[in-house]
Amino acid sequence: MRQSLSIIAAAGLLASVSLTGCAKASHDGSASGGGPVQITMWTHSAGNPGELAVYKKIITDFNASQSKYQVVQQNFPQGSYNDAITSAAAAHKLPCLMDMDGPIMPNWAWAGYLQPLNLPSSLIDGLLPTAVGRYKGEVYSAGYWDAAMAIFARKSVLTEAGVRVPTVDQPWTLDEFNAVNAKLKAAGYDTPLDLGAADKGEWWSYAYSPMLASAGGDEIDRTAMKSADGKLNGPDAVRFFTWFQQAFKKGWTNNNGPVGNQNFIDNKVALSYTGVWNAQDALQKVGSDLLVLPPVDFGHGAKIGGASWQWGISTACGTQQSEGARAYLQYSFQDKYLTDFADSQVVIPSTSTAAAASKYFGPNGSLHQFAELSQKFALARPATPGYPVISTTFEKAAKDIMNGADVKSTLDTAVQAIDSDISSNNNYGS
Amino acid sequence: MTATYRLDSTSAAPAPQNAPPANDSPATARRAGRRATGRARRAETRAGIAMAAPAILLLLGFLIVPVLLGFALAFTNARLISPEPTRFVGWDNFVRAFTIDPSFFHSLINTFAFAAVVVPVQAGFGLFLALLVNQKIRGVTAFRVIFFIPVVTSIVVVSILWKFMYQGNGLVNSFINSVTFGAWQGTAWLNNPNTALGAIIVLSIWQAVGFHMLIWLSGLQTIPQELYEAARMDGAGTWQQFKNVTWPCLRSTRVFVLITITIAALGLFVQIDVMTQGGPVDSTTTLVYHAVRVGYSQQQIGYGSALSLIFFVIVLIIALVQRFLTRDKD
Repeated sequence: MRQSLSIIAAAGLLASVSLTGCAKASHDGSASGGGPVQITMWTHSAGNPGELAVYKKIITDFNASQSKYQVVQQNFPQGSYNDAITSAAAAHKLPCLMDMDGPIMPNWAWAGYLQPLNLPSSLIDGLLPTAVGRYKGEVYSAGYWDAAMAIFARKSVLTEAGVRVPTVDQPWTLDEFNAVNAKLKAAGYDTPLDLGAADKGEWWSYAYSPMLASAGGDEIDRTAMKSADGKLNGPDAVRFFTWFQQAFKKGWTNNNGPVGNQNFIDNKVALSYTGVWNAQDALQKVGSDLLVLPPVDFGHGAKIGGASWQWGISTACGTQQSEGARAYLQYSFQDKYLTDFADSQVVIPSTSTAAAASKYFGPNGSLHQFAELSQKFALARPATPGYPVISTTFEKAAKDIMNGADVKSTLDTAVQAIDSDISSNNNYGS
Repeated sequence: MTATYRLDSTSAAPAPQNAPPANDSPATARRAGRRATGRARRAETRAGIAMAAPAILLLLGFLIVPVLLGFALAFTNARLISPEPTRFVGWDNFVRAFTIDPSFFHSLINTFAFAAVVVPVQAGFGLFLALLVNQKIRGVTAFRVIFFIPVVTSIVVVSILWKFMYQGNGLVNSFINSVTFGAWQGTAWLNNPNTALGAIIVLSIWQAVGFHMLIWLSGLQTIPQELYEAARMDGAGTWQQFKNVTWPCLRSTRVFVLITITIAALGLFVQIDVMTQGGPVDSTTTLVYHAVRVGYSQQQIGYGSALSLIFFVIVLIIALVQRFLTRDKD
């Protein structure tokens, strides 16, 4: 028995070793028979036909435009995309071209997944600042679009309540915003404001850390990226989070959901803090009564989250293929493709010329104010490899505070968690 | 639901070595017979191994090896993503868990509170339902099906639905409101630190009780009817029949139900992940959820593994204690 078991154990180990694939796949495969060099490309866009159609068009055009390289595309669902990248990196099977959510980029660059982009500076300089991913002075990623957030409202409702319609030059101050919520609640809205608090994950950092920054706090001290102390738990942050807690306590907003913009469409809430991706639907349902308002100024200027999905080139890419990947990216940043993305996804094109050609974001486009909001107020999330921990810690702290936890001590705990993670990683090499 | 696996190695004795060459005699005939059975047994052993191999390989590759890796990682500072090499850090992770991680402490308390309520209540309620649907009346199959429906529904779907029902203006509160004619106002169950875990306990029991009802039912149906007849002849009432016939005869079923519910309850994860993500204010975080959160979303695989190892040891101890308490005393 012992003999046969040990044989089985040995065989099992062997099998599991071959399953995990310790053999490193060669990525420098110039195709056999002198054909074009294959360049693998991963997207997070599975299940998003509009986006995939544009990618397919770019790839077909690029492959037809030259005979040296051939881009081969694979799509993953967004929910498991980061896991796929992490597993592929562990198994040394990263693709050449991969897209990534803006704030995760420094983490991957630090981990050695990404090589500097090295695209011509004329191309990079023409993009929206938040559509370019920089880490330690190097550009590692660039995106075709950015998203922007705004407060959706109905003109008729604000007029009836006697509320000033804010402008990009004069957003609501915090006092005004408080008064607006109180007025609208008195006007019969059970919860006048939808902040999207029913959502979870990266949304929390994306949606609420700009508010914190607008109040004078931040998720981390960005000068050194070594500590969150004084930023996430300083007096400004305590003031902001106390307001955040009060907004729920007073019944101005809640976290019942549904996630998305449905409550605003149904006129169950008067104000909805949401993103450009819900704008098209709101336009159709609310029509000319729809107002797209700038975010609230909490004292240090209005801010909204910036940086969406961007493209980078992995370190698993051989020299010849990296050249091909660069050629492809350069080719793909043509205005016509950026406009296609913008109009099929309702996202803001990252060049002004593409925006001008877009039916939504052009000068007379129905959503051009989003492009303006993005240019004026966008604030990228902290570009540090420690961001995943910062983001999850921020989410937990904000949720606890929303549910009535003591503001100061919760923020202190969050700072401690972030700082101990940074120091246990040798300051992430900064 | 969590499943547990037991690796039972079928004991196959190594086949005897070839006997020395023999001459013609009754003894050699016997020996030849033995040789033949030996050969047959060898062939059987080989066939057995061949049949068991796929399952054993999969279990090794996807259960045993990862578990051993997890134990090893628990003593390192391994990260999910890091350019720096993994270092051995001894007991640091465990010290961190027991000293400076308040969420771990909350997770421990919540996990045990959950199990302490769910194990007796779900087992008792399951037995009660099983007794109800064990009657010989018309339409009893329909009830069995109704009680079993939540079990075959995905727990993720169930959690999402109950999340809506538990809202401040949800179904549960509307129901309470109409039953008490507005005398008693419910709360937003999942947003209140005092009620969130209770709310999750209720939904978990509702979801899984049908499964244990079936187990009890199969136990009830193995009890010979003659025993009940004899008890009735002796003038035993319903309660006495239950006490002296049903309860003793359900012994092995009881042990099985107790241990499976305990293990499933201690592994509470999906409901938390879908409904509350450990909140409000850590009131529903559990050991498994916390380990997944730090190990995966915060990329601290070493620390997450240490938490899993602690969890493993706790479950092991509890299972052993239960085995000891429910052992055959004869």
